[in-house]
Amino acid sequence: MLKRDFAAVIFFTVVAVFFVFAALLTHPFGSPDNPVMDDYIIHNTQTEVGANNGVTSVVFDYRGFDTLGEATVLFTAVAGVILVFRRLKK
Amino acid sequence: MSMGMSKIVKTVSSVVFPFIVIYGLYIIAHGHLTPGGGFQGGAVVASGCAMLLVAHGSIWTIGKIREKQLSILESTGAVAFILLALLGLVFGTVFFKNFLVGNKFLFGEIPGYLSRVANFNTGGVLPLMNFAVGLKVIAGLFAIVLVMAYATSTFKKGEMEDGKR
Amino acid sequence: MIYNIPYLAVAALILVGLYGVVFKRNLIKMVIGVTLIESGVNLFLITLGYRKGSTAPIYTSSPGGLMSLPVPQALTLTSIVIGVAVLALMLSFIVYIYRHYKTLDARKIGGEDE
Repeated sequence: MLKRDFAAVIFFTVVAVFFVFAALLTHPFGSPDNPVMDDYIIHNTQTEVGANNGVTSVVFDYRGFDTLGEATVLFTAVAGVILVFRRLKK
Repeated sequence: MSMGMSKIVKTVSSVVFPFIVIYGLYIIAHGHLTPGGGFQGGAVVASGCAMLLVAHGSIWTIGKIREKQLSILESTGAVAFILLALLGLVFGTVFFKNFLVGNKFLFGEIPGYLSRVANFNTGGVLPLMNFAVGLKVIAGLFAIVLVMAYATSTFKKGEMEDGKR
Repeated sequence: MIYNIPYLAVAALILVGLYGVVFKRNLIKMVIGVTLIESGVNLFLITLGYRKGSTAPIYTSSPGGLMSLPVPQALTLTSIVIGVAVLALMLSFIVYIYRHYKTLDARKIGGEDE
């Protein structure tokens, strides 16, 4: 038991040091590295998709497969919750 | 939670509920113009339904709408979403092709480059997908909340073990 | 260096959540830790997509000028909904576990007593 707690402390410390150094060494806040794709989307969302909202055009047009997977996850979660609680009510 | 709250809370929530629904539907319908979309507006409407559930109790709510009907609604939204994506395959070239953009009658107008005017008749297939996903999110989130509230509402303090209704 | 304060906030959120997941024994507190990690990831995606002095990537009555990146915001939207779904599923399984084991202690459920 004590060995496990020691291992957990070691793990947590390593991850904490990693996260803090990663946060300090990332590129500065407010200047993204390589926004070429996003600039393309911003400049073409009105002429290609016809929508004023860039985020919605990304969600439903440029990256529609992500939204399809998300809908699948939501459907699976609802099915799982209904399954668990139907079993519970009996 | 199973019996609902006081009469004041019930009345106020019943009065406020239509406005919340209207606001959520506005967010869904204007998803291609203003901040928002199917997910956000669906979350707003589902929050309104959850407020009604908390105020009136889960017994009253499950008498109004069953979780099976909500599940059917959610499946309808999912099927409509996939069907819209498949229509892109039929009328266009690829899955999720925006086949309605550029036509003349339904959501087909193209706003000018860098125009700041909100024209509702734009966006191609995006408003329809917003409605499908909004229906899906409304039904899904409210089904989750309703089932969890109804299944745990009839438990008293020591009744968790023997599973009495 | 001083401009990286949002990333430090992200690290703090994720570490608080990880502390809850690793060191707590109550399942509800572990779920709270998981949702804190999700919040940290969402904040990280949003801060990655911000450009200095930019507005939201929406043209309707926008003041013009630079716009922030739309793809991280869309992925955050996806992430939020998935977080809600996962939270609901975790909580319902916790109710089921409590019905079966009559406890919420993760180590007692795992079969190793003190």
